[in-house]
Amino acid sequence: MKFIGFVIVCLTGGLLLYGTMDLPDWGDPNSPASTHLSDYYIENIVAETRVPNLVTAVLADYRGYDTMFETAVVFCAGLACFLLLRDFRPKQDRYFRHVPTGVMLHFKNPETRLAAGHEFEHMDKEWVPSDMIIKTVCRILIPFIQIYALYVVAHGDFSPGGGFQGGVIFGSSLILMAISYNLKTLVKRVTEKFLSIFAATGVLIYVGLGVGAMLMGGHFLDYGTLAPLLPSDPGHIRALGMLGVEIGVGIAVMAVMVIIYVNIVSKGRHDEGL
Amino acid sequence: MLWPIDLIVLTFVIFCAIAAITVKDLLGTAILFSAYSFLMCLLWAVMGAVDVAFTEASVGAGVSTVFFVAAVFRTSRRTKD
Repeated sequence: MKFIGFVIVCLTGGLLLYGTMDLPDWGDPNSPASTHLSDYYIENIVAETRVPNLVTAVLADYRGYDTMFETAVVFCAGLACFLLLRDFRPKQDRYFRHVPTGVMLHFKNPETRLAAGHEFEHMDKEWVPSDMIIKTVCRILIPFIQIYALYVVAHGDFSPGGGFQGGVIFGSSLILMAISYNLKTLVKRVTEKFLSIFAATGVLIYVGLGVGAMLMGGHFLDYGTLAPLLPSDPGHIRALGMLGVEIGVGIAVMAVMVIIYVNIVSKGRHDEGL
Repeated sequence: MLWPIDLIVLTFVIFCAIAAITVKDLLGTAILFSAYSFLMCLLWAVMGAVDVAFTEASVGAGVSTVFFVAAVFRTSRRTKD
């Protein structure tokens, strides 16, 4: 069986390599993409949209419909993770530690409630307390990572980056909080409701801008028609439309990354994990 | 274009890819995938596709590694085959 698999992999790999021989060379000026498509973008993007970063302009404006469904796909990934993994049953075993004495209590009945003050501490079975160095370093780093994520989203028009990357960086800063402290710290601050609302809001902002352009009399996602809403300098409306779209993508991606992480790492229970 | 850097990075990419499917320890595989993504990010950057390199670095080398580690944490660390 292993041998057959090896043969099939070699065969398909060889066919793929054979197929790539027909592709134009890297940076070939005579390839179809360079002769018909790229010139138009390079010559007209700055005049039409006033966005210096051509990649963002193509992604968020010329191919905005495509990017909208990419965001929808990311949203669906989060939704699928939630529907497959979320487990609302109460947890079977719970562990508590009496802080002054260090005695551990093991509750097998999920209905049992502890008349707890501050002297009892809920414990994760698999989780090992993090080192103080890790906690301190992460506590200092997380705000900077988040500011950088916002910068990446806001500067998507001018420099590499954009909503997707910024959202992923913001989401990973929240995941870093869960890793360096524990999952409860994250779930307490960033609740499930908040994340779900944000994930849906991001997609809604994107679609809303498109529908807004339609209501103003243009095509779907044609930001140019939103210009009357802008008090001054209507030439920048396409750049601002792209910024709005990027913010929507960033919000959706940030929320979805955290939803996927929390659901995977806690088996959908949202109580304890890595 | 810097051909030697390109070739060195491509060699490492192939090494990482082969190592990732042969190593028995799935946590090691997750880290090897992370290294693979990072090397691909270098390749994109060398080719001038900075946006793609940025995405590869944040998604491929960053978040997807965390997801792999989380999945290994909740399943098993050893492969059967």
